Amino acid sequence: MQKRRAAKVLVFALCLVPLLWLGWRAYNGRLTANPIEYITHYTGDWTLRFVILTLFVTPLRKVLNWPELIRYRRMLGLYAFFYGTLHFLIYLCIDKFFAWSDILEDIGKRRYITVGFLGFVLMVPLAVTSTAGWIRRLGGKRWQLLHRAIYITVIAGVIHYYWLVKSDVRLPIFYGVLATLLLGYRLLAARRRPVAAAKPTVPGIRQPVSK
Amino acid sequence: MLIRKTPDLRYSDVTPPSLYFDRRTFLAGVPAALLAGSELLSPSRRALAATTKLQTVKSPLSTTGEKLNSIEDVSSYNNYYEFGTGKDEPQQLAKNFKTSPWTVSVEGECAKPRKFSIDEIMKLAPLEERVYRHRCVEAWSIVVPWIGYSLSTLLKQVEPTSKAKFVAFETLYDPKQMLSPAQAGIPLPYVEGLRLDEAMHPLALLTFGMYGATLPPQDGAPIRMVLPWKYGFKSIKSIVKVRLVGNQPPSTWNVYASNEYGFYSNVNPNRDHPRWSQKSERRLGEFGRRKTLMFNGYEEVASLYSGMDLIKNY
Repeated sequence: MQKRRAAKVLVFALCLVPLLWLGWRAYNGRLTANPIEYITHYTGDWTLRFVILTLFVTPLRKVLNWPELIRYRRMLGLYAFFYGTLHFLIYLCIDKFFAWSDILEDIGKRRYITVGFLGFVLMVPLAVTSTAGWIRRLGGKRWQLLHRAIYITVIAGVIHYYWLVKSDVRLPIFYGVLATLLLGYRLLAARRRPVAAAKPTVPGIRQPVSK
Repeated sequence: MLIRKTPDLRYSDVTPPSLYFDRRTFLAGVPAALLAGSELLSPSRRALAATTKLQTVKSPLSTTGEKLNSIEDVSSYNNYYEFGTGKDEPQQLAKNFKTSPWTVSVEGECAKPRKFSIDEIMKLAPLEERVYRHRCVEAWSIVVPWIGYSLSTLLKQVEPTSKAKFVAFETLYDPKQMLSPAQAGIPLPYVEGLRLDEAMHPLALLTFGMYGATLPPQDGAPIRMVLPWKYGFKSIKSIVKVRLVGNQPPSTWNVYASNEYGFYSNVNPNRDHPRWSQKSERRLGEFGRRKTLMFNGYEEVASLYSGMDLIKNY
């Protein structure tokens, strides 16, 4: 138990490293000549990375036969939401400085912002219902269905990135390939096993975790 | 083993409230931290050591009433895809770019085509210092004291014929020193073009230096164009060829995505880029956004486009 706790604290701290690194760069004046753009892109990058990391949990549990990984899924997902919130707030409060008409025009007219906003908004209910209480209230099946919204978020995130870059699409493509593999794995897994046998991986609900 | 019913972590633990509520204080500290750090950790200072001082004369065409950006800003935040697609990459990757010897071939529809060495070309006219606003298509802007003279001086040297209607420019492409087109994401060599009357406009500056010295490589050394009323990518860098032609020449970004980047690419707040607004811009070093001005505030070029629909001819 002690060891588990320590592992969790370690993962929690590791997830904060990108933010600390950003703070360090800021302290040393290394946010480029356009710091607002830099912190926007930086937090956006980490949002997408955490969404993808979260989606890695289930396949890795199966492939590596390492079921305990489920213990970190919620934390990774909430960190995705945390960095996504920073990203969105930077856009809202710093980049656009609460220019609401510009922001609404952006969300309506600029498709890369529309799709990015969609991906972010879909994370909100997932973050809210991430507690054990909400899993009980919704019931495992419904909870899991709701949390599949993360699939849309990852696709939205990749498209948001792809549409935003000018010509160098290597990174958006890389994330796109990862997302495709991760979603493809789930599609295959769902087709391979009969629906009745499908075991939802819901944390917090009493279920045996075999070692 | 059972997973515990109570999560180890509550929602409020994940976004530490202190961090969350302090974010503005944190970000407000950014400019101060920038100032403090830039003195010690400014990589551009090294790059600038390689430049040489230039003697200049004052110019009536210099923009007044604008606060200059720092040379650190201008030499560490570059779009020069031959040296990387990240803004901070050209400063590193162009460090050893060979700008000497350098020849510029001025050719095509003209009576006296010839090649100029960089020294010859720099002696054709007194070098003027001209402060210009520079507006990138990506909605950021800077104010730079460039050094050069009007492009028309060079073009007159070769005596364009009546067949010359456009000017085509070409950047050096040296795969040994530069990235591949696949890495840069755009076709290379980089090419640009102007209508002859645009090229002859006195504001079109053939540029050799900035901030009192020759250009650092990442800013387009040893010779580039600066067209203050157009988006930055029209101001082609490290020029090796200037060709007078009869038909509208290709320009790199227009070839790459013609619906996004037009041949003219005049700064125009009324014509949005299909993916983002051009109504406002961020002046580097400033917190808020500024309204973008038609022709970037250089209304004196408006007559070049009288009768033209600048929404269609973007």
